Amino acid sequence: MTEPIISFKNFSFQYESQSEKTLDQINLNIFPGEKVMIAGASGSGKSTLGRCINGLIPQAYPGEMSGECLINGKPLNNSSIFDLSFDVGTVLQDPDSQFVGLTVAEDIAFSLENDQLPQVKMHEVTKKWSKKLDLTDLAQHSPQELSGGQKQRVAMAGVLIDESKILLFDEPLASLDPASGAASVKLIDQLAQKQSLTVIIIEHRIEEVLKGGIDRLVIMRNGKIVANDSPQKILKQSLLEKLGLREPLYLSALKRAGINLVECQNIDQVSRITEPQINQKLFEWNEHAKLSKKVKKGSTLLAINALSFGYTKEHPIIKDLSLEIKKGEMISLVGRNGAGKSTLSNLITGFLSPVSGSIKFKGQDLLNMSVKERAQYIGYILQDPNQMISKTMIYDEVASGLLLRGFLEDEIKQRVENILRICGLYEMRHWPISALSFGQKKRVTIASMLVLKPEMLILDEPTAGQDLKHYTEIMTFLEKLQQKNNLTIILITHDMHLMLEYTQRTIVLDHGKVLLDAEPAKVLTNDEIIKRAYLARTSLFDLAERYQLPSATDFVAKFIQAEREDRA
Amino acid sequence: MNSQFLIGYNDKDTFLHRLSGSTKLIGFIAFSIIGMVTYDTRFLIGILVFSLVLFKISQINIKEVSLILKLIIVFAALNLLMVYVFAPGYGMTIYGTQHMIWRNPENYFNLSWEELFYIFNLFLKYTFAVPLALIFLITTNPSEFAASLNKIGIPYKTSYAVEIALRYIPNVQRDYRTISLAQQARGYEISKKAKFWPRVIGNAQIVLPLIFTSLDRIEVISQAMELRRFGRDKKRTWYMEKNFKKSDYLSLIVIFIIVLVGVMLFGVNGGRFWNPFK
Repeated sequence: MTEPIISFKNFSFQYESQSEKTLDQINLNIFPGEKVMIAGASGSGKSTLGRCINGLIPQAYPGEMSGECLINGKPLNNSSIFDLSFDVGTVLQDPDSQFVGLTVAEDIAFSLENDQLPQVKMHEVTKKWSKKLDLTDLAQHSPQELSGGQKQRVAMAGVLIDESKILLFDEPLASLDPASGAASVKLIDQLAQKQSLTVIIIEHRIEEVLKGGIDRLVIMRNGKIVANDSPQKILKQSLLEKLGLREPLYLSALKRAGINLVECQNIDQVSRITEPQINQKLFEWNEHAKLSKKVKKGSTLLAINALSFGYTKEHPIIKDLSLEIKKGEMISLVGRNGAGKSTLSNLITGFLSPVSGSIKFKGQDLLNMSVKERAQYIGYILQDPNQMISKTMIYDEVASGLLLRGFLEDEIKQRVENILRICGLYEMRHWPISALSFGQKKRVTIASMLVLKPEMLILDEPTAGQDLKHYTEIMTFLEKLQQKNNLTIILITHDMHLMLEYTQRTIVLDHGKVLLDAEPAKVLTNDEIIKRAYLARTSLFDLAERYQLPSATDFVAKFIQAEREDRA
Repeated sequence: MNSQFLIGYNDKDTFLHRLSGSTKLIGFIAFSIIGMVTYDTRFLIGILVFSLVLFKISQINIKEVSLILKLIIVFAALNLLMVYVFAPGYGMTIYGTQHMIWRNPENYFNLSWEELFYIFNLFLKYTFAVPLALIFLITTNPSEFAASLNKIGIPYKTSYAVEIALRYIPNVQRDYRTISLAQQARGYEISKKAKFWPRVIGNAQIVLPLIFTSLDRIEVISQAMELRRFGRDKKRTWYMEKNFKKSDYLSLIVIFIIVLVGVMLFGVNGGRFWNPFK
């Protein structure tokens, strides 16, 4: 039997700054050539496990270790990051923040520079890897100019160039659009086979990674490994759902249709899954489920007419765009990077001024108003709450908008406390913001906008990088705001789940124009739109198509409706 | 990449662009030192003409650098005025003669040919270095900066800090803009509409989030660098380093000769000053 390339034996780790163990009695063997996915909620210890594999622990994150951990035969406790970097190549979460070179070629060559490779040899090797990852034409570009998928390829080239046998990915999909994410998963799979690598992927987005084919799924919870088996076995037992993780959508759909997953073959691939009854049961369920009538539409809140914008005449970013948004809608705004999503929201909130066209809010012309004035009608919430928060205490942060608008102290107090209650932050009102979790911070930023009594919120990637629990927490909160306070919400997102599950309408932007404005189920079952807007097909669509259900769109819509009814 | 910097690299193909960054850096530093030390007007005029010729060869567009030139002119003029105001008789002390243009040496404010000549020398010192600095900055690929600094003996970790700073300018700019917009929506006026103090306070609100965001970035990037073995060895090689060619060696010889002339003039003049008044 072959020796494991990575082996943890009764391994525990406690960060210096923490009072409890983050990893508790870990036993795990990973064998050469295996593709392993490590999943788990935030704080489950999966990132810490990753840091042990690449040696950031204990060097960059000091703490107390016990038990044994061997990485390619080297004991962790007396190997440096540098020693391990020859065995383990690490691709961090956000490629943008880990580029060091001013150009793509320099970034790829970075570790060779540190190894003092002679320049001629370095140019040769860099060229070889640029070619392998299809980056040759981009070599002289600045990494920041590239698309999400290209950036990730640069980051991969930069570690593959070491020819280390173990490749570790820390949430590789978090900052990618769905199409680039799917492409990445495929590329990782190909590379692993061609270079005979051992691959470890730490990721929330289980369904996407499974699609690339995984040998083993390791699930962590509270610092312990709670499942460690082939994806087939784990999926059959519905362990993901039981452990509070997101199950692939097609499996949820099959369960809804009354199929027993234990009986299924090839359960990890929607294109190959088989069970004698699937066909019949899906048809029955589809027949039986009825789509409810459309909800009545509210009055027009925001009307955009023939809007155009561009920094130069030759390259318009928004082209003659018209759009109407009704009161009380929850809308997803999707499209690939650079399609004009952020530009559009900046035009609405007044950070940019259009070249031509009009934006009206309840009939009033928004273009005559300043950013400050518009914020009373439309609140804009950035992806990263740390970029919005400028005070140290929760109460002050939420009150600051009112203070600056010259409200009296009594009224401020009353309004802030009211909003804090709505947002579930009232008990923490005197807390320092630094003590909050990401989701709580997000709520603080939402509260500080809501206090101005806007009728509409625009949120940029509200759930990016969140696990299912925090994702659900944020989204149910927003859903409650929409339903109880009749707030109109626009979500800018790359998350196809979010779009399907929570929004009633999807606006697809492409090249500054509305490519499609329809229900989410219609968008995600339209292959042409999916391709042009860099979206990804939902596995529900694959399922419906494979079993030739009468209308894939209706099937997806019915499933989502059933899920929503369960949630309500 | 040009728009990222106040004065950016321009990618042309001239003799100076082809020189290695280290040669240009050595030339700039050597000329600056000898030019700062000497007060030989003939020598200073010589290197000023030389640097203007180089500037011409480099094909740098005056428009690209007009802002920085204006700043330098204002600063230099102010400085020269102050030199006069604080010691109007200093020129006479140096040269030991008194050729008066206006009033007597007994008055605090007076003007002599000696003072004028002294200030003229200072003026030359300020001017000759400017084209050289611009040449170094504009004809050297930013990717080569770090390599050039390292080559002339600065530790590579320090040199790399320069490259990382250049690399992060666009990120910090983008963060600044995003945060600024978020604060404006809150109600801080930062635009030109607002009065001075509200604008200052508004801008101060950006600093805290900007610092936190930047600190996060620093942590990530330093880990990413360590994971790729930055700092393991005492030395490193550079992808963008230009090897010395014939033209580099020739240039270094020319630089050496010019500096040597400057040093020899100390002997001829019997000190740093060339005195036409004797």
